[in-house]
Amino acid sequence: MKVVVDYGKCTGLGICESLAPDVFEVNDDGELELKQSSVPEGQLEDVEAAVEGCPTEALRLEPDDSSADTE
Amino acid sequence: MSVEHLVVVGASLAGLRAVEAARKAGFDGRITLVGAEEHLPYDRPPLSKAFLEGDRLDGAPEIPLFRSGETFRHELDVHLMLGEPATVLDPERKVVCVGQREVAYDALVLATGATARDLPGTQGLDGVHTLRTVDDAVAVRAAFEGGARTVVVGAGFIGSEVAATARKRGLDVTVVETLPTPLQAAVGRTMGEICSSLHTRNATGLRCGVSVDSVEGRARVERVVLSDGSVLDADLVVVGIGAAPSTGWLAGSGLVVDDGIHCDATLWTGVEGVYAAGDVARWYNPLFGRAMRLEHWTSAAEQGARAARNALDPATARSYSTVPYFWSDWYGSRIQFVGVADADELVIVDADPDPGSRCVALYRAGDSVAGAMTINAPTEIMKYRGMIAKKASWRDALSFAESRRAVAGVS
Ligand SMILES: Cc1cc2nc3c(=O)[nH]c(=O)nc-3n(C[C@H](O)[C@H](O)[C@H](O)COP(=O)(O)OP(=O)(O)OC[C@H]3O[C@@H](n4cnc5c(N)ncnc54)[C@H](O)[C@@H]3O)c2cc1C
Ligand code: SF4
Repeated sequence: MKVVVDYGKCTGLGICESLAPDVFEVNDDGELELKQSSVPEGQLEDVEAAVEGCPTEALRLEPDDSSADTE
Repeated sequence: MSVEHLVVVGASLAGLRAVEAARKAGFDGRITLVGAEEHLPYDRPPLSKAFLEGDRLDGAPEIPLFRSGETFRHELDVHLMLGEPATVLDPERKVVCVGQREVAYDALVLATGATARDLPGTQGLDGVHTLRTVDDAVAVRAAFEGGARTVVVGAGFIGSEVAATARKRGLDVTVVETLPTPLQAAVGRTMGEICSSLHTRNATGLRCGVSVDSVEGRARVERVVLSDGSVLDADLVVVGIGAAPSTGWLAGSGLVVDDGIHCDATLWTGVEGVYAAGDVARWYNPLFGRAMRLEHWTSAAEQGARAARNALDPATARSYSTVPYFWSDWYGSRIQFVGVADADELVIVDADPDPGSRCVALYRAGDSVAGAMTINAPTEIMKYRGMIAKKASWRDALSFAESRRAVAGVS
């Protein structure tokens, strides 16, 4: 699975970082950076919690093979 | 007995997340969502921030709804009962009364949140508002548009955000706070002082250590009289003196209610089938070993989901533990807090010469780090949330802070 961020919605609150710090990090300017876009082994539950925990609903999980560029 | 009908009372963040989690968990029975407000569930944090701002090109902002009515009815297959509060809970018969109707449940999630406290003696006076609902926000926004001279009563987070937004619109604002230092209970005295410097720096009047004697006017508010005899002329008074859990309707239900609905670590109320979530729930947070009631977005959302899952399958109920987290935006500054503030010591581990423009502070309880607060340091705060969750020692937290400072110094 890979993580997709809607930067139009994300306000850099960082809840995702506290739940899955290997994947998400908010930088000094308050912008979210993905340290890696695919979900690391054994961390799916953490990343799912981050997707659910995001107050702006800016995060989404997509299957790796999804070739559809819907946006 | 398996659950056929899940009833959720309170149609806001926690209630919404309860409904969504139930469906996500594969529950295919009936769901009813009961809400006192006419509106579909909407998001509250924007109400004291973006919703009140004036620089929109497309006129009045929309209500920040979470989901459309369509989504509730079709995707989530939820029966909505909006516009009327639940008034009675009878756990013996397993029914909730809404108006004249009785709604029978197998599992019940209580998510009635909190209600803003009114300033006594101001009922019936136009131009005096609390800020909890979208209807409140529409009224405050309209007054802002009319150029209202604004007095904010209470220098808490919501009151401070309102003051900051009013200033952004160029309005005259004064904040009145009874305590000598704002936010003392929430973040401690030192950080409260640093936060309040943001007001004075942005030309918002701040009057601490005085209380409101009376709010005067004929039909509309005209002035606010303070306990030191001084008078503030006002067209708008926004009352931000806290909120009380909405539990009045539960009197006589047998639930234990005292500053919130008492729950165990799994959000269970002790009454068969009845769980609670969000601002209304006082639950046992295993991570800190004590009962807490939070009024924060993140925990309300997470508890809503957890309460529903537990209510549907009590045999596999999981406890909910969390490091409390909230944020607040004032004058373009982002304040973030994790953990608890009632600590033995506070150390500012990193700061600009003017800590109001950027700082990182840590709270110690015994030998561990119990809390952290930042102003405009968004990349720092969540690292400490992780440390607090792992009960990191105070020494480790300080040396981590040291290493972060070193990194920042290099780049
Ligand atoms: C202006 C404002 C700004 C905020 N900003 C932030 C922020 O920046 N960061 C942060 O972390 N948190 C913030 N919060 C707090 C956050 O919004 C709350 O923690 C969250 O809304 C709690 O959700 P809830 O579902 O538990 O309760 P609520 O949102 O209070 O909803 C409870 C719902 O239940 C309904 N209800 C009550 N009694 C009954 C009844 N008897 N029958 C049926 N329905 C009933 C109410 O009408 C209400 O719609 C803010 C809150 C406000 C008001
Ligand atoms: S939790 Fe959501 S809003 Fe916050 S940084 Fe992560 S994606 Fe952005």
